[in-house]
Amino acid sequence: MGKNHPNVDKYVESRVRALESLLLEKGILPADAVDRVIRRYEADTGPLIGARAVARAWRSPDYKRRLLEDSREALAEFGLDFDMLRVVENTPAVHNMVVCTLCSCYPWAVLGLPPTWYKMPAYRSRAVVEPRKVLSEFGVEVSESREIRVWDSSAELRYMVLPEPPAGSEHLDEAGLVPLISRDALIGVAEVRLIPPRG
Amino acid sequence: MDGVHDLGGMHGFGPVEREANEPTFHAPWEATVYAIMRASMSNHLYNLDEFRHGIERMDPAHYLRSGYYEHWLDGIARVLVEKGVVSAEELERRTEFFAARPDAPASAAVRNPPAAPAPSFRWMADPSERPATTPPRFAPGDAVITRNLHPRGHTRLPRYARGRRGVIHAVHGVHVFPDTHAHGQGEQPQTLYSVRFEAHEMFGAAAEANQKIYIDLWEPYLEPGAPRG
Repeated sequence: MGKNHPNVDKYVESRVRALESLLLEKGILPADAVDRVIRRYEADTGPLIGARAVARAWRSPDYKRRLLEDSREALAEFGLDFDMLRVVENTPAVHNMVVCTLCSCYPWAVLGLPPTWYKMPAYRSRAVVEPRKVLSEFGVEVSESREIRVWDSSAELRYMVLPEPPAGSEHLDEAGLVPLISRDALIGVAEVRLIPPRG
Repeated sequence: MDGVHDLGGMHGFGPVEREANEPTFHAPWEATVYAIMRASMSNHLYNLDEFRHGIERMDPAHYLRSGYYEHWLDGIARVLVEKGVVSAEELERRTEFFAARPDAPASAAVRNPPAAPAPSFRWMADPSERPATTPPRFAPGDAVITRNLHPRGHTRLPRYARGRRGVIHAVHGVHVFPDTHAHGQGEQPQTLYSVRFEAHEMFGAAAEANQKIYIDLWEPYLEPGAPRG
């Protein structure tokens, strides 16, 4: 097994159940907590709040300004009270991407739980030193004339990329734009295209 | 600590491997670990910085061959034992109990169900921002240099960013200081800054062209710096 495919030690499941039973017994873990976690992150998979905010920003310059300047107030339109998000905007001159080199900090509140690759050593080690090469592996080519800004999430602030809208999307409304906006685009490792992303 | 978790700029990890149609959790135990983290944090059994430092103290070889939720399990168990919430012996005995009964649910080992209703379970971490009591030492545009710190304990100043010249990009207000908060030395809130670095300052000629790195750094990590010549 490679360094970027986690191995699972065979005692892990037993140890998890041991800890679970101890915390149930001590009245720390609510009996329905695991079901609630699964429901929240597996079952309730509507469009990401991040994608909805981006679609609105593309259609409303006023909303875009608020999302970039005061994301708490902007996210409140989607029923979320979260004051730690900073939104960074891609332009023809600048491409942003987000990493956490020390652990795996990620804007759960707007993007859900992170994909495994975001948490494994390859991405965390390489994003800061060879971002263009990493982006190229994701199918995104960024020329040397375009500045790359890598945001290393070392504190409790969380970063989300405001990608550029795809050419030819001018006729789409917010609801039509949302399905085009992938999680990866909001991390800054994908561009938004007119064809909806898979997976 | 200069641990294996501090991965920025390291070589040798190969390409970023992605999984098509990746599930949220790869096994039910991962969701259980997530629930345990949320429940124990909601009840203030440990704070976020103690949790992170618990993970950082994993055996380095184990850290690299295991995944995210196993990191969490290892860190949570370490901190809960250190805090006296569970004992290493009872955790070990129960692990053996379930290893011998792979199909038994967690409730099979619960001998005395709690009398009180289960306490709070919150999705969001406690806020880290605190009221400012002193003005920030630096302002946007100021040149700074990061201190060359190598503490044995917890820090959020990545190794690749120590002793480097940067520029204050933004002031984020005053936040709990992880370096003390992870060690029972209180919150000691400090001003937090977004600091902009040229990638070349970190990685020399190995850096890619036209690249900046932005890192959120607490005031004690920073000293006034001369502007880049």
